[in-house]
Formats: sequence, C-alpha cells, structure tokens
Amino acid sequence: MTLESKERGAVRLTVNGEIHAFDSVRDVAELVALLGLDSRKVAVELNLAIVPRSSYALTPVADGDRVEIVHFIGGG
Amino acid sequence: MDGATPLDDDSWTVAGRTFHSRLIVGTGKYKDYALNAAAAEAAGAEIVTVALRRVNLSDPSQPMLVDHVRPDRFTYLPNTAGCFTGEDAVRTLRLAREAGGWDLVKLEVLSDTKTLYPDMEETLRALKMLVAEGFKVMVYCSDDPVYARKLEDAGAVAIMPLGALIGSGLGIQNRLNIHLIVDQARVPVLVDAGVGTASDATVAMELGCDGVLMNTAIAEARDPIRMARAMKHAVIAGREAFLAGRMPRRMYADASSPLSGLI
Repeated sequence: MTLESKERGAVRLTVNGEIHAFDSVRDVAELVALLGLDSRKVAVELNLAIVPRSSYALTPVADGDRVEIVHFIGGG
Repeated sequence: MDGATPLDDDSWTVAGRTFHSRLIVGTGKYKDYALNAAAAEAAGAEIVTVALRRVNLSDPSQPMLVDHVRPDRFTYLPNTAGCFTGEDAVRTLRLAREAGGWDLVKLEVLSDTKTLYPDMEETLRALKMLVAEGFKVMVYCSDDPVYARKLEDAGAVAIMPLGALIGSGLGIQNRLNIHLIVDQARVPVLVDAGVGTASDATVAMELGCDGVLMNTAIAEARDPIRMARAMKHAVIAGREAFLAGRMPRRMYADASSPLSGLI
C-alpha cells in the first residue's frame, strides 16, 4: 500500500483472503456488482461484522477493509 | 376399518415447522447440482443440508446451488461442516442466516479430519452461543445419551446422533445408545451420518427416530436416483414398523399353521 496509490484514489480490499484493487468503490452494493455477483445469492461480512442485504448501498467500504463474500454450496 | 393412521398424517415438527418427509438429504459429493436436485426429489426430501463457502471470485458464472436445488422447493438447513471451534460455527451461521434469512440450522463441531467425530464439549459450548443469538439449532452429536440430554437442556431443537462416522457407510453401530437417546428425548431425534444402505435407514426408524439425515449413501451409490428412492421407502418402512409395534422376540419356534386338525 503506497501513498501514491492512495492519492490516485485506488481502493485495496482483501476479499475472500485475496487483495483486490479498485479505482473506485464506495459501498458494498457497488463492490458486489463490480465483482459480477448476484447480491440476492450471497452474504457479506465486512471486517468480521455481518452486512444485512438491505444495507449494502448504505455500507461504505474503505481502503484496507477485509471482506468475506459467501454463498451456499452443496454439503452434508 | 382398521384404525390405522394414514401415513399421510404422520408428520413431525421441529422448531415449530412441520414436515411430512422424515428423510433429510445432503447436497455434497454429487457429480453436479442437476443430479443432486433429481436425487433430492426422488428421496421425497423436504429439507436439504447445505454448506457455506467463499464465492469463487475468479469465475462468478459457475453453477450455483440455489439455481438447481431451489430454496423455494426445499428447506435449506445450513450446516457448520468444517468448523472446529464454537466461534467458527457461530460466524458461519450468522452468515448463513443472512444468506438465507432463516434461523433453523445444523450445528456440527468436529474434532479431527480423520474421524470427523463431533467434539462434544465444544459442540455444547457453540450450541449455547447460538441459542443466545436466537438460532434454532439441530445438533450433530455423538451417541452418548448423557451429552444428548445436556444438548437438549441447553436448547437444542433436535438431537442428531451419528450412526457411524461421517461418510463411512457402516450403519448404526450402537443401537442401544440410539434407543436410549430416543427414549429420553423430548425433541426430535434423527440419525445423522453412517447410513450406508436402505436397511440402515430402516433400523434407525425402527428404533423410534423421528428421521434420518444422509448424504454419501445416496451420492456415492452407483445409481444415486435409485438409491434415493430406496431410502425414501426404507424410511417409510422403518417408521411404519415402529408405529405398528414389532412382535416379541422368542428363543424358539412358534408355528404359524395350527398344530391341531392334522391328518
């Protein structure tokens, strides 16, 4: 994380354990859309706190945040 | 007029939700989600267990469970498979509740990857944490009747003892313990894990269990659809036999044809 990239407005987020850089991402709704995911089929945790689906557009994300995005898969 | 209860009326209730099928199926290990959905249909299941995992960000277009095993057709029962601590389990189910919007969940806290045996001390601790957060928790557990009672006292909505290790297909190893657990429980008891073939499911139901949960026995059968159907019949057969009340066991023969009037 360099000062230069901060000045350029780059947002670096750790999503599902990997660092993703965005030119600009304001909130969880935008992040989910940028990642190409259907917000109705996932659940989001931001810095270990659950983000209710109804609050995606109201929940800002900031450089350095840790995000988990999960969904249901097959299991026993 | 035989006084028998029609099987259609033989429902069971967990956490205020009533179901008619006593067979819960998993959704793991199938070749694909389409086969998975077809097997769940063939099993007549109303509840399916599901796991929660990170989405694949490199390929967001990959098949999704919800598009095949549809949540409007089956009640999803999110599990905590892969969790080894109470904190892991609570974190997972908080996310599951947000993903699905329901509070009926399956808790399993495992001890080690070789046996996947439930860590009962940690399971009980996790249960208390989840109950405090308002979850309705069905609990995968060992077949120890004492721990089963502790789980019930801590607010478990269903007790789900193993028949044998997860994925082992060895059948019910300790019928006596399963029977003791059934006998004392005031909440539904379901055998979860260990079923290998249809007769194992029947045995569980004959012991008085309220239901059976299985995954591998169907998914790893040569013909999963056919095995799903077999399991449906096996559970019904065992349930009917339990309700009918079996004959007493005798040491010696007891002739079925009259011994009088012989020529």
